[in-house]
Amino acid sequence: MNAASPLALLDDAGLRIGNTVIIRRAKLALTAGEKVGLLGPNGSGKTTVLRMLATLLPPTDGSGTVMGARLGTDAVYTVRSRIVMVGHLPALYPELTLAENTRFVARLSGRAPAVADEALTMVGLAGASQRRAAQSSKGMLRRAELARALILEPDLLLLDEAHAGLDAEAIGLVDALANRVVARGGAAVLVSHEPDRLVVDRSVRVVDGVLEAA
Amino acid sequence: MSFWRQVFEITRKDLLVESRTAEVVTMTAPFGAAALILIPLAIGTDAPLLSDLGPGLYWIVVLLFGMLVILRKSAVDGQPQRDLVRLLGIDPAARFAGAAIATSALIFTFELVLIPVLIVLYNPDFGSWPWLMLILPLVAIGMGLLGTIAGGVTTGLGTRVSLTPLLVVPLSLPLLLGATQALESLRLGRSILPWLVLLMAVDLALAVTGVLAARPLEEAVT
Repeated sequence: MNAASPLALLDDAGLRIGNTVIIRRAKLALTAGEKVGLLGPNGSGKTTVLRMLATLLPPTDGSGTVMGARLGTDAVYTVRSRIVMVGHLPALYPELTLAENTRFVARLSGRAPAVADEALTMVGLAGASQRRAAQSSKGMLRRAELARALILEPDLLLLDEAHAGLDAEAIGLVDALANRVVARGGAAVLVSHEPDRLVVDRSVRVVDGVLEAA
Repeated sequence: MSFWRQVFEITRKDLLVESRTAEVVTMTAPFGAAALILIPLAIGTDAPLLSDLGPGLYWIVVLLFGMLVILRKSAVDGQPQRDLVRLLGIDPAARFAGAAIATSALIFTFELVLIPVLIVLYNPDFGSWPWLMLILPLVAIGMGLLGTIAGGVTTGLGTRVSLTPLLVVPLSLPLLLGATQALESLRLGRSILPWLVLLMAVDLALAVTGVLAARPLEEAVT
C-alpha cells in the first residue's frame, strides 16, 4: 500500500446471500485521516458494508481491498488485527466482568492486562470494572466496547450505531476515539441513524444496498 | 503471540465462563446421575445384570448428556464474539484447540462426577482401576474434539440445536465402541491395548480434521 492508495476500497463490490442481493455495486474509497458517516434506514445494508470493510464478509461481486489486502483472499488475515469493529450487539462475554472481557482482548493482542484497566478508566468504567457484562447497562457495554478500541489502537475503526444508547459524555468519547484514530493516520466509519450527531468529513447513504453520496 | 499462548487464553476464557454458570456440575451432572438412577428402577434389582450393564449404560449417559455440554459450549460464542476473535487475528486452529480443550475438560469433569453414581448403583467390575483413568480422558478428548468440530459446522444455522447431536452421536460410535470394549476387556482380564489404540487413533484423526477445517469453517460463517 503506497501513500496515495486508499486505506479501504470497495470497487463495484456486491454481496448476495443465496438469491438475496444485500449490497449492489458499492463504490467507496476511504483515505487515511478521514471520518466517514454511513447513513440509511434499518435493513438498508449499513452493517453489511461495515462487515465487508472489516474483511469479515468477502464480496461476491466486484472487488475490494483493505489496507492493501484484497478482500476474500488470505491476505486479509494479516490486516485484521489493525481493524476494530464495534457492532450494534456487544462483543462481550456476559458471564465475565468488564475487566475480564477487556483483559481477554488485551492479552490476545499481546498487550499487558494493565492496558485494559487503563482503557476502562479512560471510558469512565473504572468503578464498574468488576461488574459482569450481563449485569451492565447498554451504555456501560458500549463504553466497554470503546475501551476495546482504545486498547487495540486500530488503523480502521468501524462503529455501528455509533451513538446508540450513549449519554452526552459517552458520545463525546466516540468522537474523541474516532479523532484519535484519524490523527494517527487511520480512518473511521461511523454508522448512525442520527445524522445530526455525526461529526464526520463526509457521509454516504445506503439505500436498498446501494451506496450514494449524502 | 504464540500459537499455544492463544490456545491457553481461549481455554482459560471458556473455562472461566463455565465456572461462572457451573452448568456442568450443577445441572448437567445431576441430570445424568438421575438417568443412571432411573435405569435400575426400570430393570429391577438384578445385581449381576446391573453390574454387567453398568459400564455400557454409563457411556451412553456420557454420550447423550455430554451433548448438553457440547451444545451449551457452542452457544457461548455468538456472532459478535466470533467476529471479535477473528479480528484479533487469532489463528483459527488455536481457537479450535482452545475450545476443544475446554469442552474436553468439562466432559471429563462430567465423567468423573458420574463415576461414584455408577459404582454405588451398579457395582461394576473394572478389574484394574488405573486403566479407567486413561480411558475416561481419551473419550472426553474425542467428544470434545467432535463437539467442537460439529459446533463449527453448525454455527450460524437455525437448526444448530438439532443438527449438532445428529452429527455428533453417529460419529462418536467408535469412541463408544472403544470405551465399552476397553472396560469389558478389563473385566475379563484381556489386553485393552487394541481399544486404547482405537480411542487414540480416533482422537488423533479428529484433532487433525479439526485443525485443518478450522479456518474454512470460520470463514464460511456469514
